[in-house]
Amino acid sequence: MRLFFRRKSSKEIAKDRLKILLISDRVNCSPEMMDMIKADIAKVISKYMKIDAKSMEIQISKTGTKGGRNNKTPTLYANIPIIDLNQ
Amino acid sequence: MSEVIVVTSGKGGVGKTTTSANVGTGLARMGKKVCLIDTDIGLRNLDVVMGLENRIVYNLVDVVEGNCRVKQALIRDKRNPTLYLMPSAQTRDKTAVTPEQMIKMVNHLKEQFDYIILDCPAGIEQGFKNAIAGADRALVVTTPEVSAIRDADRIIGLLEACEFKKIDLVINRLRYDLVKRGDMMSSADVVDILAIPLIGIVPDDENIVISTNQGEPLVGNGTPAGIAFQNICQRVSGKEVPFMDFEKGISFWTRVTGIFHRDRV
Repeated sequence: MRLFFRRKSSKEIAKDRLKILLISDRVNCSPEMMDMIKADIAKVISKYMKIDAKSMEIQISKTGTKGGRNNKTPTLYANIPIIDLNQ
Repeated sequence: MSEVIVVTSGKGGVGKTTTSANVGTGLARMGKKVCLIDTDIGLRNLDVVMGLENRIVYNLVDVVEGNCRVKQALIRDKRNPTLYLMPSAQTRDKTAVTPEQMIKMVNHLKEQFDYIILDCPAGIEQGFKNAIAGADRALVVTTPEVSAIRDADRIIGLLEACEFKKIDLVINRLRYDLVKRGDMMSSADVVDILAIPLIGIVPDDENIVISTNQGEPLVGNGTPAGIAFQNICQRVSGKEVPFMDFEKGISFWTRVTGIFHRDRV
């Protein structure tokens, strides 16, 4: 039963914290700045369609896993749920 | 063909000097000609870890300033005839040497040695730049802690910017009891985060303290850390050695819960 009801282990907390920390470390971009980018993107898109700004997510990640970290270009991913296309 | 390997970590106290001493000694015992260079000017430690502190006459700064020949500064380890140490200066600071001078010295040493191992100081300033200047391969040492991993990530970024041929990860001071309990990141977790090839896992072992006290590297002496360092030496020299069971140290329980929570991370 512990499997289903256990609290997050400290190792998982460490890993989660590191993942978030390293994203901003690697692109030299603070979480505050990410929030500002997110708000601005939401503002622009809202001009054209109705979006769910609250559940919108943005993330900078280095994808393209081929051959280690070298050939990864940082990419900005935005996940923006649309409520109504024809606003 | 000689290889120049820098042992670095960013954060201090994670085991750079211990790793340098043991990997150097291990490679020498495999019959390779090895030169260990302590690049931590002002805070030299590799000499005491190696137990060679009483034999220093000249040091790295004397060499780059031309006060002596390279050969005069090299200390031969009597226990391992193919192992030499270039000690650092204790009374100077990092600015006494430039990256260009390091490259020149390393290139000179390349002619005589199979492996040149540079023990890098902590930090990312001048001392780090000096140490990596002449190197073409790196061992990044980290412990499974957030601070050490964060610094290691930064170091890896800097090394990649300098176009290192090969960057390998050494995870030091892993405690399997904590990993099993879920209170320490496993080697797989660390590799997942840092995304560079793993070359060795060294368990937390009190024998390291004993061996440092005695000034005698423990590589290959049958202790858990000794075996781990021996395996690292084999892998550095290009041999494929499987990671031992205790090196994996992931219990069935952790595996099950790992799968269970994979979507979360």
